[in-house]
Amino acid sequence: MPDLSTTYLGISLKNPLVASASPLTRRVDTVRQLEDAGVSAVVMHSLFEEQIRYESHEVDFFLEHGAESYAEAQRYLVEPPGFRIGPEEYLKQIGKLKEAVDIPVIASLNGSSRGGWVDYAKKMQQAGADAIELNLYYMHVDPLETSQQIEQDYVDLVADVRAQVTIPLAVKLGPFFTSLPNLAARLVKAGADGLVLFNRFYQPDLDIETLSVVPNLELSTSADLRLPLRWVAIFYGRLEADLALSSGIHTPADLVKAVMAGAKVGMTTSALLRNGIDHARVLLQGLEEWMGTYEYESVAQMTGAMSQRNVEDPAAFERANYMRTLASFEHPRI
Amino acid sequence: MARKMVTIDANEAVAYVAYRLNEVIAIYPITPSSGMGEFADAWAAAGIPNIWGTVPLVAEMQSEGGAAGAVHGALQTGSLTTTFTASQGLLLMIPNMYKIAGELTPTVFHVTARTVATHALSIFGDHSDVMAARQTGWALLASRSPQEAQDMALIAQAATLETRVPFLHFFDGFRTSHEVNKLEQLSEDDMRAMIDLSLVEAHRARALSPERPVLRGTAQNPDVFFQAREASNTYYDRAPAIIQKVMDRFAELTGRQYHLFDYAGAPDAERVVVVMASGAETAEETALYLAERGEKVGVLTVRLYRPFAVDAFLKALPATTKAIAVLDRTKEPGATGEPLYQDVVTAINEGLASGTAPFAAAPRIIGGRYGLSSKEFTPAMVKAIFEELARDKMRNHFTVGINDDVTFTSLEYDPTFSIASEGTKRCVFFGLGSDGTVGANKNSIKIIGEETDNYAQGYFVYDSKKSGSVTISHLRFGPHPIRAPYTIGVGDANFVACHQFSFLERIDVLKYAAPGAVFLLNSIYPADEVWQHLPEEVQRTIIEKKLRFYVIDAYEVAKATGMGGRINTIMQTCFFAISGVLPREEAIEQIKKYIQKTYSKRGEAVVQANFRAVDQSLAHLQQVQVPAEVSATFRRREPVSDKAPEFVRDVLSRMFIYEGEDLPVSAMPVDGTFPTATAQWEKRNIALEIPVWEPDLCIQCGKCALVCPHAVIRTKVYEPALLENAPETFKSMDAKFKEFPGMKYTVQVSPEDCTGCYLCVENCPAKDKTQPGRKAINMAPQPPLRETEKVNWEFFLSLPEVDRTTFQPTTIKNSQLLQPLFEFSGACAGCGETPYVKLLSQLFGDRSVIANATGCSSIYGGNLPTTPWAVNHEGRGPAWSNSLFEDNAEFGLGMRLTLDKQNEYARELVKALSADLGSELVEGLLTADQSTDAGIKAQRDRVAALKTRLQALNSDKARQLLAVADALVKKSVWILGGDGWAYDIGYGGLDHVLASGRNVNVLVLDTEVYSNTGGQASKATPTAAVAKFAAKGKALPKKDLGLIAMSYGYVYVARVAMGYNDQQTLKAFLEAEAYDGPSLIIAYSHCIAHGIDMKKGLEQQKKAVQSGMWTLYRYNPDLIDEGKNPLQLDSRDPSIPVSEYAYNETRYRMLMQSDEERAEELMRSASADALQRYNLYRQMAAMSYGRDGDKPAE
Repeated sequence: MPDLSTTYLGISLKNPLVASASPLTRRVDTVRQLEDAGVSAVVMHSLFEEQIRYESHEVDFFLEHGAESYAEAQRYLVEPPGFRIGPEEYLKQIGKLKEAVDIPVIASLNGSSRGGWVDYAKKMQQAGADAIELNLYYMHVDPLETSQQIEQDYVDLVADVRAQVTIPLAVKLGPFFTSLPNLAARLVKAGADGLVLFNRFYQPDLDIETLSVVPNLELSTSADLRLPLRWVAIFYGRLEADLALSSGIHTPADLVKAVMAGAKVGMTTSALLRNGIDHARVLLQGLEEWMGTYEYESVAQMTGAMSQRNVEDPAAFERANYMRTLASFEHPRI
Repeated sequence: MARKMVTIDANEAVAYVAYRLNEVIAIYPITPSSGMGEFADAWAAAGIPNIWGTVPLVAEMQSEGGAAGAVHGALQTGSLTTTFTASQGLLLMIPNMYKIAGELTPTVFHVTARTVATHALSIFGDHSDVMAARQTGWALLASRSPQEAQDMALIAQAATLETRVPFLHFFDGFRTSHEVNKLEQLSEDDMRAMIDLSLVEAHRARALSPERPVLRGTAQNPDVFFQAREASNTYYDRAPAIIQKVMDRFAELTGRQYHLFDYAGAPDAERVVVVMASGAETAEETALYLAERGEKVGVLTVRLYRPFAVDAFLKALPATTKAIAVLDRTKEPGATGEPLYQDVVTAINEGLASGTAPFAAAPRIIGGRYGLSSKEFTPAMVKAIFEELARDKMRNHFTVGINDDVTFTSLEYDPTFSIASEGTKRCVFFGLGSDGTVGANKNSIKIIGEETDNYAQGYFVYDSKKSGSVTISHLRFGPHPIRAPYTIGVGDANFVACHQFSFLERIDVLKYAAPGAVFLLNSIYPADEVWQHLPEEVQRTIIEKKLRFYVIDAYEVAKATGMGGRINTIMQTCFFAISGVLPREEAIEQIKKYIQKTYSKRGEAVVQANFRAVDQSLAHLQQVQVPAEVSATFRRREPVSDKAPEFVRDVLSRMFIYEGEDLPVSAMPVDGTFPTATAQWEKRNIALEIPVWEPDLCIQCGKCALVCPHAVIRTKVYEPALLENAPETFKSMDAKFKEFPGMKYTVQVSPEDCTGCYLCVENCPAKDKTQPGRKAINMAPQPPLRETEKVNWEFFLSLPEVDRTTFQPTTIKNSQLLQPLFEFSGACAGCGETPYVKLLSQLFGDRSVIANATGCSSIYGGNLPTTPWAVNHEGRGPAWSNSLFEDNAEFGLGMRLTLDKQNEYARELVKALSADLGSELVEGLLTADQSTDAGIKAQRDRVAALKTRLQALNSDKARQLLAVADALVKKSVWILGGDGWAYDIGYGGLDHVLASGRNVNVLVLDTEVYSNTGGQASKATPTAAVAKFAAKGKALPKKDLGLIAMSYGYVYVARVAMGYNDQQTLKAFLEAEAYDGPSLIIAYSHCIAHGIDMKKGLEQQKKAVQSGMWTLYRYNPDLIDEGKNPLQLDSRDPSIPVSEYAYNETRYRMLMQSDEERAEELMRSASADALQRYNLYRQMAAMSYGRDGDKPAE
């Protein structure tokens, strides 16, 4: 029987399939089911700094709206017992999950700026998180903001969070950077123990009937695997950090590809949301069968086997456009 | 151990004690007592135990009558039980109170004494409610202040257990219940020390139990009832002494000594005032002030009013007493005097007769009324009463505090008289409800009261509008306890703050300022510019009173610090900085501490924004160098147009500018009857932005006008020639109505009546093709548009109304050509109720009689100064009345009965007079088809002809017919109210009225909570929503009122939500009114109590329907006769999760933020319930009611 175990961020995992942040990793009962279905770790739903800040102002507005204006109704809404806007519920949930399952629980923190909120990372560690995934996820639309500034802010943010915690820190980022390798290296230098490739962005749609913008988040498909696959393959062996491939893992073959490209773990959400939690068993079983068929003894043996460093045609990962090439031709190096 | 000093209001102080001394609490919301129930519910939800370690069980009932019944039952089975109520609520408890007293059952009801509705409802304080309960056999114990209210709550509980006489503990509504004051809080040990456990055990031992069965509540016959009634006499005889003993024990424990009657003043007083509750505090302080100055005056405070202890009363009076004035805060028309007066007269006569009176000669006694409905009662008035007692000829049955220029009962007083001590600072703040002024002042009072050695008092005056409401905060603080239960008087304030610049142009805020006072103004103009922007009156007052004048641009600071439009923290910081009550650094530290305390639950972001506001305030505070001369170029605005009717100009306009206090008796209608159509004169100018119409985009759908809660957007079609005299900026376009070819069309906004709610913009479907963000209606700043649009509005009003007989109002666009006869109400900006009410007024207003249940709709519909119900150019319009909260359906039915009877009688008379009237007219009158506006118009013409002919006839029958002839024209009876009425308190009556088969139309404005009293749960509250009295989220589903009504089979029922399908709403209204029988429309009304962005209210209505939480349907019994299924579903299958709808609303989301697991569990339950109900309706709608589709079943 092949050895499926792997390590990610220095944590030993029984296999390379991790459930990424989603509603499934929010509740104790579904996390238990994920563990039963075989996933080796879970990344909790994200604690959004921006959302907490927004909710704080929003709730304050609605609690005060109409208050102390009219003699019969000095207040219209009541604060339920235990009501509090902040990270407390999330932190409590870390504790509950840790208590309920044996697999590692990775907390996810999503922030958009430097500030006091990075303190949440420390609280996550105190609450028992095995690692933290810092999610860099927002849109920059200000034309006066340069890419240099933006990247430096990210690097500083990682350093800030790193300074707060001693547990492993992974950084999840999007693919849209001019020089992703440069940024990746700086993030690792700033303290990231791992990189999660990639975030899937919320892409609003247009309703052409009502002429309005509508929110839209579609589940990924196997086709979405290609982008992270390429970058995992490129980064493998070049960064002092573990890689996680997120987006597009739907079939056992997708998981095999992720590991072969160099990911220590493959993360999946869409497949589980679409097919149910038990689909994790299908993925793991398929991985095992593939390893049996192709006589791989361990996941470690597979990891990075098809990274850019190790494949026959490394340049294939760098081609931007389709080119008709002769298989026998090798460009003379200059 | 020193007890804690707290700065709280009496509601909290009393609830604190009552909660800890009881185990079952049955509650029902009623102003001003609701706060006590809310505290109890919140504490129970938070798991706070009573003094015996168990968490009291708090149960919300369907009415006060229900609460009293539940209390009675809980008492009978041995629980320590209490309730809180006021006014009509107490009246509903009276039948049970007789029983509870008759059964000698210990309990305490805590009552915020409030006016009982007579010629008008009033939420404010007087003793008309408690006096209506004085005969029930309960002990009546009165408190004068928040401190006393807390103390008496404990004394009453201890005394009731020992005497077995039930206690009604009362304190003045608002004046005491809502006054924040510094007091020494009793500890739980104090409570344990006062409550004798053996008496609790005795109470339990008397309980009904099958273990030791007894029977109570027998029916008795003439042989023994009388004797049995007298059998409890000894308990009443003993009660006063026991109560005094309890008071003495309390004094030993706390140092605060109370007596059944407490005298204060000159020991040798010759003139004495007898009074109870908060008025006694004012009277006593004044008497002490005058006595110190050598006057022989004193005040006797009555604490225990029932049982009236004659001996104790006589002993408490000085033997030197020569004249007594007894003050009653109630009116008993037709009596020989008000109740306390009569008791005093009797007691003194008995004392004189028995020789127990302390005085040799009988004192002269007069009675007087004061303070009805929280009318101010001041030291100046007390002084006037003492002066009256010194006259040879005293005026008996006087009034004080008003100008009675009709029956001349009122005493004159000098309003400038003041007993305010130098050491007490007095501050008045004018704010808008929405700017947070009151909240910040409540915090300031707590800071001063709890963080310094000072004593502090706060009282807050609100107006009756729910949008753009003005608040006035009265704060006092100083080194001595503050015993001044009246607002700060004219010329008495050391500090006046005006948080809204625009107030200066309409309200005389500086009349409160004392010479040399500080004036703080929130001003967009800096110190060196502000002067030229002040009205002449303001400049003059600042100079003449030598005010120290400061300005701050609080809105700018708020914007810069992330506070949005909330300036409370900024103005509060300035107040502390200028008033010097604390050193600046310390003040800032304390403000921040309280910000942390108040807002930390809401998140760090809010706390930090407030901190930034505090830090930046002082840098922006500027002192104004006041010029020596007045240089203003303008005066304060006139409160009302000179075109307004006389009554509006002379009477109502005084109320607009907060001078209603000065109106004399003669200005008031004698029977509570007021003219309608007066809201149009109260131009409030509260919108910062107003809608602007873009004719190039408009598709003339009428949806903007339909949803406008305040009827400020109107549409008209008219002859093009009428545009000849149009103002230059008046907009118009060709009308696109098949009924009106060649005509012009205009959508016009009233700039001065708009509240700026955005509903019209949100609902406008017409978008610019190249710029979809631009619609046919867009918001723009009001000030630059005000004058031009005002002129346009006036021109628009001058255009003739469209003749309603020339078109059918069956489409939205057509319906909006009908003149709204409900306009410019004081409802919340973006109100979800009023668009339905307005639609009703458009469709049927000119022939409607409306019965309106107490609640939001009765307040925005009928709260003075103005009335939004309007009249058309013929002078017709809705006739409206509010009876009570609980009886509205019956009230409306009564109206229907009259109209039916009068119609029947008129028809009989027409027939009887047919020979004189002519057969054609008679035939026409008796067989008229009045199913359309044209038919009604024809009948009105016939009735007009009838009246002309009747006037020529000189017979009794003709005169009788003249009086009832209008009943021949079809009338529409509408019964309006909210869910609190329809689902809870009025449900029994509603059920009966629906069952009656009579042609009434019931419109339930369902906000799913008691909105008017601040969002308490009703049976309409849905699962998973948080509401007051359901602080942990409502666990059970909403009552299905529509389904219950459908079960009769002959009631027209519709559920509507304008935001989902306005055409269905219109259809339901038309069908309901046309149905010749009872109709019930349940209308989803988004509400401020849902915690939503009100401009998204219609969107929320849509989501409610889409989620299955609010399935639309119409159930029309007429269809049964056609063999059709009467139930028709008007909304599609649920298409979004309930959570997508619910979590847009704070009322649901707050539970997620406090107890996520419970929130999820309740949300699952709500979703399942929504689906289950939808399936039920679907199946009901699919049932066969006939054969072959349209033939009746055989």
